[in-house]
Amino acid sequence: MSDEIQSLSAVAAVAAIADGGLSREEIFAHYRSRAGADELNAFTWVAEQAPAQIEGPLGGVPVAVKDLFCTEGIPSQAGSKILAGYRPPYTATAVANLEAAGAPLLGKTNQDEFAMGSSNENSAYGPVLNPWDKTRVPGGSSGGSAAAVAGGLAPWALGTDTGGSIRQPASLCGVVGLKPTYGAVSRYGMIAFASSLDSAGPLTRDVSDAALFYRHLVGKDSADATSVAFPESIEIPTAERLDGITLAVPTALVDGDGVEPGVRASFEASLETARQLGATVTSCEIPSAAHALSAYYVIAPAEASSNLSRFDGVRYGLRRDESNLDAMYTETRHDGFGDEVKRRILIGTYALSSGYYDAYYGRAQRVRTVVAKELAEVFAGADFIVTPTSPTVAFGLGARTADPLSMYLSDLFTIPMSLAGTPAISIPSGLSEGLPVGLQICGPAFSENRILSAAYALEQAIGFNGSAAWGAKR
Amino acid sequence: MIDRDELLHVARLARLALHEDELDSTAAELSTILEHVAAIKELDLDDVEPTAHIGDVSDSLRDDSVATSLPVEVALAPAPAVRDDGFLVPSPQGE
Repeated sequence: MSDEIQSLSAVAAVAAIADGGLSREEIFAHYRSRAGADELNAFTWVAEQAPAQIEGPLGGVPVAVKDLFCTEGIPSQAGSKILAGYRPPYTATAVANLEAAGAPLLGKTNQDEFAMGSSNENSAYGPVLNPWDKTRVPGGSSGGSAAAVAGGLAPWALGTDTGGSIRQPASLCGVVGLKPTYGAVSRYGMIAFASSLDSAGPLTRDVSDAALFYRHLVGKDSADATSVAFPESIEIPTAERLDGITLAVPTALVDGDGVEPGVRASFEASLETARQLGATVTSCEIPSAAHALSAYYVIAPAEASSNLSRFDGVRYGLRRDESNLDAMYTETRHDGFGDEVKRRILIGTYALSSGYYDAYYGRAQRVRTVVAKELAEVFAGADFIVTPTSPTVAFGLGARTADPLSMYLSDLFTIPMSLAGTPAISIPSGLSEGLPVGLQICGPAFSENRILSAAYALEQAIGFNGSAAWGAKR
Repeated sequence: MIDRDELLHVARLARLALHEDELDSTAAELSTILEHVAAIKELDLDDVEPTAHIGDVSDSLRDDSVATSLPVEVALAPAPAVRDDGFLVPSPQGE
């Protein structure tokens, strides 16, 4: 029975529960046991038991949730020592929506501190290991969520994406990750990193699971003024062909130096598959893509430096040095924040400070306008932009920690969509030297149904099998 | 690109203590990052409007009516120190 449960996608599990072949208690106990025996350090907290009442269209299939979502009475530490032991008095809307739809909380997942990182090595609770190769990183910042799904410790998971933090770990772990249109999912109760960029979305074993999960995640929320009502219902995709679809490849970007040969080969193979399914593949330009990365690493730290001012030892979390008020603020933040978070707070404060504001933050905001315009121009003549999700497969633990800038370059292909607020999915496109490669499919705002549909057609044709990771005994 | 004095000024603005043995390495790391992102200074962006936020954002106010809020004891529960109905902090002047 255990192997049978493990082999079910979340959609298949929902169906099995609906027709009586599987009970809610069985699936919860199964994944509770898997998550409890976690050897990947993917979880920071695991539920003892499912809540008594689980009804709804998600059938009781439990969900792993990134630690930065507030969950009432349950540790929510955002990967940071400054929030060690913090148990919030309320639950994030995204988590509440999933629970209301019948997906109980399985556990909280490890992450880069405050979602700042691309390897999950910036967690105060230790790095997460990639289930495909435990000497490698799972990507980040939603590394725990990606590893939990890829390693078969959770049927599906909730993550967040600010500059690629769902898509890149999905790519490195061989799972599906969807970054929504900005505003489609409420940010209420998400511990904020960069408020104009933060988006919550699913990490799942396949595209159909992502669609079902996402259907119950979206919605306008009176507690988040930037949230918007999704204009249509999210459909479970069924398309087998891509006839009439145009895919645009930003050739100059994809042909750049940092792209590994194995990643490029997998990407080329995906394009050939798309052509066989009837798609037209063209080339496009996003001339400011390299500047988008720079603009992002000004805007995100600037917003973070403001958002993270709330961690001061007064209302929650760590407190240090009570000799006077100022010493308490500064030493609490010194001891509570990790190195990368400090770097970003300092960069952001610098970029917003008198004398530098126009040169850095002001210009970065203008680059953002240019990037959004360039993407819109591509979408005027093509349905989707496609790229590899990450220029590389999963890298070794410790390989990039000494050089923050090399870590930032992991996000080259994911950042333009974050700045433009447009949706994008990463699906596995194959393996390179035994490690997963991701394909990114991006569309205009609110095109999630079309993205999911194209991703599904490609997924069926590619036939990626992740069971080597999720089917492994752990 | 960013020297020790400037770093200390920025750290002061951020209310972030930096200890003596952290200054040089932090200044060097920040300089590398700032040199990279400074590429945006070379772009001609004079005619481009800044984007602070994607999408239409307008004021969104709830009805001005009484609603339930967190009970005081629940809001205070995670605090490191409380007295009466408030968060307790050290004196600004010290003891």
